[in-house]
Amino acid sequence: MERVITTPLTDELVAGLHAGDRLLITGKIYTGRDAAHKRLVELIDKGEPLPIDLRGQVIYFVGPTPPKPGEVIGSAGPTTSGRMDAYSPKLTALGLKGMIGKGSRNEAVKEALKRDKAVYLAATGGAGALLAQRIVSARVVAYEDLGPEAIRELEVKEFPVVVINDMYGGDLYVEGRRKYERKGDS
Amino acid sequence: MRELDVARLTEVVAKLAVDACNYLGDDVVAFFEQAIAREESETGRDVLAQLLENADLAKDSGRPLCQDTGLAVVFLEIGQDVHLVGGDLEAAVNEGVRVGYVEGYLRKSAVADPIGERKNTADNTPAMLHTRIVPGDKVRVVVAPKGGGAENMSAIGMLKPAQGRQGAIDFVVDTVSKAGPNPCPPIIVGVGLGGTFEKAAYMAKHALLREVGSTNPEPRLAELEDELEERCNALGIGPAGLGGTVTVIDVFVEELPAHIASMPVAVNIQCHSARHKEAVL
Repeated sequence: MERVITTPLTDELVAGLHAGDRLLITGKIYTGRDAAHKRLVELIDKGEPLPIDLRGQVIYFVGPTPPKPGEVIGSAGPTTSGRMDAYSPKLTALGLKGMIGKGSRNEAVKEALKRDKAVYLAATGGAGALLAQRIVSARVVAYEDLGPEAIRELEVKEFPVVVINDMYGGDLYVEGRRKYERKGDS
Repeated sequence: MRELDVARLTEVVAKLAVDACNYLGDDVVAFFEQAIAREESETGRDVLAQLLENADLAKDSGRPLCQDTGLAVVFLEIGQDVHLVGGDLEAAVNEGVRVGYVEGYLRKSAVADPIGERKNTADNTPAMLHTRIVPGDKVRVVVAPKGGGAENMSAIGMLKPAQGRQGAIDFVVDTVSKAGPNPCPPIIVGVGLGGTFEKAAYMAKHALLREVGSTNPEPRLAELEDELEERCNALGIGPAGLGGTVTVIDVFVEELPAHIASMPVAVNIQCHSARHKEAVL
């Protein structure tokens, strides 16, 4: 069954998460995808301060559709995480504890999760209407000019995710697939 | 000769874009329902249940099924007895995309200068337009928004003829295997066999428009589709890639004769948000 966790995430909380765990996240999370990550890492490389404090935080890789009048946010499911692989280890090094996306991460990210005691979570790709319902509020906190790619602070309530990569090297994409692979057929 | 004002196309393209992004086809919904009954993984069944709930919520709330409302792929089959009047056809289709995406609150995901500045075109134009002249005096319009995640996992192989049927099967299965969880499985696999480089890719895309569960009228290809489906499901990728027995929704193959020296195999992957709507004018 699902377990409810609240943000920000602590080392102790991350240590208790394992690949395959189903979680419901409640609290504040940030959004960011390709363009926002590029800007954050450019600042890190120049030694300049970031517009948000990453310590204990979770970044959700999402670029929502525009909200209609009266809506908090539009459709808001995860984007493919692999495009953030080049940036993520620099963010976990600054205290980022969680990432939400979909799809596989590379070895460098998996190593960074172990090194920095962080976790990679997946929300169901293509379930943007369902996931949007678990978002209570949204406000842009940086890079408004990026439109759907701006960094937003979201307040989420029981936002459903599954642990893909834990801080021990566990990988649900590898383990889950191995369990159901039928080699005899290929 | 029948005259058709291109302004009609603008209206229809705009409406179809919004409808495609908000209403999942009945064939895909029916697939999710029957797939829940046979998916062996509990997590996989949960994902499929989420997708059914998502389709209901999108329909009721008017929020798009997925935040990636895609590039707007548009197919026009234009009857050769139709005279299009009132302006530039391509401009009319692009205007339809602009109106649909801007006024329909869809995400604008098109960027100009793709290897440089990548500046958003702000209205999701241009349409990825494919036109074909066919007999008759009607125009068939299909709008198929295509998300980036699944498109990125697509591939084309200019295989050697000696690789034969088995080589083609292995290429398709290998493409699906490498894609893993990234293209939002369960997926539809569109396959284009033969033709030239661009025709193979076009056929793979066009194949995605077929109704889920339909059988290829050519028995040789129907058999190939079944074999590919079996092989892909045996990969164990499962719903959302979390492991499971339901990896593909369907496999659709189109083919053309090839050059004596060539054996093109194109694989276009479609996520489970398999969106396309059509109208005949």
